[in-house]
Amino acid sequence: MTVSEITLPKFKVDSARPGASAEEHSSRAPLIDLKNLSFYYGRSQALKDISFFIREKVVTAFIGPSGCGKSTLLRCLNRMNDLIDGVRVEGEMRIHGHDINSPEVDVIELRKRVGMVFQRSNPFPKSIHENIAYALRLQGVKDRSEIDGIVENSLRGAALWDEVKDRLHTSALGLSGGQQQRLCIARAIAIKPEIILMDEPASALDPLATAKIEELVLDLKRDYTIVIVTHNMQQAARISDYTAFFYLGELIEYDTTTKIFTNPAKKQTEDYVTGRFG
Amino acid sequence: MNEKQTDAARSWESLRKGHQSRPLEWLVERGIFLVSLSAIVMIFLIFAFVGREAWPVVAGKMNSSSVQTVIPVAEMDKQSPAELRAYLGLTKAKFDSMDLETRKLMMEIKVEADKEKPVDKDAPVNTTAWHYLFRPHAWTGYEKPSYIWQPISLIHKYNLVPLIIGSLKATLVALLFSVPLALAAAIYVSQLAPAWAKEWLKPAIELLAGIPSVVLGFFALIVMATVLQNVFGYESRLNAFVAGIALGLAIIPVVFSIAEDALTSVPRSYTQAALALGSSRWQAAWKIVLPAAIPGVFAAVVLGFGRAIGETMIVLMASGNASIVSGSFFDSTRTMTATIAAELAETVTGGHHYRILFLIGALLFIVTFAANFAGDMVMHRLKRKLEGKA
Amino acid sequence: MNTAQPPAIHPPGRHFRTDGFYAGSFFFTGLTGLATFLILAILAIILGNVVWEGWGSFSWRFLTGGTERDMFSVENAGVLPMILGTAARVILMTIFVIPIGVITAIYLTEYARSGSLWTRFIRGAVNNLAGVPSIVFGLFGLGFFIAFAGQNLDRMFHAGAEPHWGKPAILWASLTLAVMTLPVVIVATEESLKAIPSGLREASLALGATKLETIFKIVLPQALPGIMTGGILAVSRAAGEVAPILFTGAAYYMASLPKSFTDQFMDLGYHVFILSTQSPDIERTRPLLYATVLALLLLTFTLNIVAIFVRARMRRKMRAAH
Ligand SMILES: Nc1ncnc2c1ncn2[C@@H]1O[C@H](COP(=O)(O)OP(=O)(O)OP(=O)(O)O)[C@@H](O)[C@H]1O
Ligand SMILES: [Mg+2]
Repeated sequence: MTVSEITLPKFKVDSARPGASAEEHSSRAPLIDLKNLSFYYGRSQALKDISFFIREKVVTAFIGPSGCGKSTLLRCLNRMNDLIDGVRVEGEMRIHGHDINSPEVDVIELRKRVGMVFQRSNPFPKSIHENIAYALRLQGVKDRSEIDGIVENSLRGAALWDEVKDRLHTSALGLSGGQQQRLCIARAIAIKPEIILMDEPASALDPLATAKIEELVLDLKRDYTIVIVTHNMQQAARISDYTAFFYLGELIEYDTTTKIFTNPAKKQTEDYVTGRFG
Repeated sequence: MNEKQTDAARSWESLRKGHQSRPLEWLVERGIFLVSLSAIVMIFLIFAFVGREAWPVVAGKMNSSSVQTVIPVAEMDKQSPAELRAYLGLTKAKFDSMDLETRKLMMEIKVEADKEKPVDKDAPVNTTAWHYLFRPHAWTGYEKPSYIWQPISLIHKYNLVPLIIGSLKATLVALLFSVPLALAAAIYVSQLAPAWAKEWLKPAIELLAGIPSVVLGFFALIVMATVLQNVFGYESRLNAFVAGIALGLAIIPVVFSIAEDALTSVPRSYTQAALALGSSRWQAAWKIVLPAAIPGVFAAVVLGFGRAIGETMIVLMASGNASIVSGSFFDSTRTMTATIAAELAETVTGGHHYRILFLIGALLFIVTFAANFAGDMVMHRLKRKLEGKA
Repeated sequence: MNTAQPPAIHPPGRHFRTDGFYAGSFFFTGLTGLATFLILAILAIILGNVVWEGWGSFSWRFLTGGTERDMFSVENAGVLPMILGTAARVILMTIFVIPIGVITAIYLTEYARSGSLWTRFIRGAVNNLAGVPSIVFGLFGLGFFIAFAGQNLDRMFHAGAEPHWGKPAILWASLTLAVMTLPVVIVATEESLKAIPSGLREASLALGATKLETIFKIVLPQALPGIMTGGILAVSRAAGEVAPILFTGAAYYMASLPKSFTDQFMDLGYHVFILSTQSPDIERTRPLLYATVLALLLLTFTLNIVAIFVRARMRRKMRAAH
């Protein structure tokens, strides 16, 4: 199709690389392309030579035992790791063909396009409205009615509007944990990123709130490319299209979720998804 | 869809703006860095400018000798006008307005006047020399070599030893009084007190730090001096003992805070292990927690020492201010800080007395700097050690 | 290392042994408790004595009068010029010290690498500055602000024979006190900045805020109570300090209130010193002295109590947040 005509030439998709064999969604163009990515915290290596690509407008899940580097990789994608002293990145990481690891890249602009939702919900200690308006003002949106409009839209987009529309100007800290997390999602989508990174967004929530977040993720993938880290196998199976399994800083297997969960190529993957270790 | 896609892809081109895109922020962040050096700059400036005023003494460029070499009138022509003017002690305007005859007359008067000055064997002595600052000297009228601080007399006697001894005496009393109390309180508050009491005991003791030292000095002078004299029955009402006790009150919060901090930073697992082995709370505190926190206790004492030796108003008001060398804590004494406070206003700016007072200030700065440095180092090490083990 | 063992393993005699130490435990706890009590008792005695003796002379006339007629008698003298002088010098001081202290704390917590040599250098300087004797600050104020900065200003901008800048003044006293209280503000601000969860910073940065935007719009508003605590502590410390202003601005007596920042001023703490040591008849001055001390304590102590409570609340919040 036309989309691939435009974007594919840039990416030289290597058919031997993981994910290339996937048939489902193969019409989706690769958006994030990682090549030989290694990451070091001081001397200790957290990511080892990772190469794969993430397709656009699908949900990609990162799974793997604790400490295997899922969060580290996620935080590489919007360069949040820059905030930590003494870290080092090697290899290439391209979005739309642009190397975002390059020192010339303006990380501020990058983060406006690659939004992030954290494991612990972190609304600002301001009003609900202000939480989102802050994000908009960073983008240079000043007009009040425009801000009000976007606030409403993003709250609707995060399926939170009906619950909070009467108390937009009360503190966000008064919301329940699940509502706070959805507010954080609303805040992230308010500035219209292309990619949303989610690091275990539901791990601190009860089943009902988790279900709401999952619903929301499925809803959002129509407009956004979503990368989600999760420890919950059922969750990964329910909401993701592609799954990457990591172990000790290495990418073990990357394929469609169906394949990973029904017919994984590697024994390690099978053991992990069936709960035999990790 | 197609259109939108290309737009999105194209917009990523603008990512490559790099750091130059926000010059203002870059500038502000540089500014923040520069301002953050203020503390370092201030330490440096304090040292430099207190040192600058004291430097001529240190370098031996001051001369307090009250006898000048006499210039005979006949040799007047050999002197440069500037030297002559300095010798006669005249202002430039006045000197220039005089003709040669008047100057000659002035010279004669000066020579006559110098002859009539009382002869003191110590008159030619430069009392700002190192020897006279720290070694005893048998001044005229004294039988034995003695340490004398007597800046306002015919011969300016600048021996610093009485002041140093005075400072040490008051500080010693302060430490002997405050360290046991503060340490015991720190052990109680951090280890033994019930939880509800801890909550308010710590801030309450730290309130003591909120009393200005001039108020403690006032209290020592007006109330404590009389009470203590009645109790102990010593002779001079204001002395190193009274000043030291008041000084102790000022450093109790310092010693308490640091010791308490050190004791609480001992991991709770230490205590719990000891308790599990059947020792009582106080045994755990005494045999396990205190030894682990000993460097912190040392730091508390060292920092308390630094605070005590630099404290001014309390000793100025309560020590009696007599600069005598004596071993008794019940004699009136004069400290380094009180001397500066009491005498600087009366000195001639740039004169030897003025510079000697700055020298005392520089000494105080160095001593407290060393004490702080040592205390901080010990505390830093201790915390790292305890955190590493925890 | 030995860890907790279940009590059942203890030999039977163990419990008796512990009981045997009951007296020792009682003695030790009692002794340390007594020390704590003694310290608090001394504090109470000082405060009680001042309030008890000072309250009677604490009149409206005392608070609004000056010292024109008589400096040493409670019937005629007041403390208004001293209160104004002290207030002026501490307010001016906060204007200098708060921005510098807060910015330094921002650098230390938000920018500096925690273990780097620079950071340790700055921290060492801050700790040392906190320990410099107050009289040395006085000498520094005289040597740097008056003898160096002031005299150079005079040379450049002021032609007259009388110095305009190069003499003791409110300005120089305030600057000297600002240098002295710098560590107080830095430490308090740092503490409050550290108490802010790093999640908030990350949230803001992940939205594409720059570091500065994050600091000014998210971090600093949160740290405001802590910064205020620092300011209050600095003010309460500076308000009672006498030694640093002895040579930099305080006057024994002034016929009128200072008119500009280059004038000298009368000061409450210095006045306590004067009344205690210079009075020709201490018995007659005593009520006035006590009232003046009470005024000074009310000023510094209430500020201190406020700061301690704000800080205690902040610490509790911080513990809850972590
Ligand atoms: N700031 C840091 N400094 C040093 N090492 C770190 C840091 N953050 C993470 N690591 C290390 O990097 C490795 C990967 O950590 P990461 O947080 O990416 O794991 P994770 O897969 O997200 O684990 P989890 O499922 O527990 O969140 C771990 O070994 C961890 O100890
Ligand atoms: Mg993680």
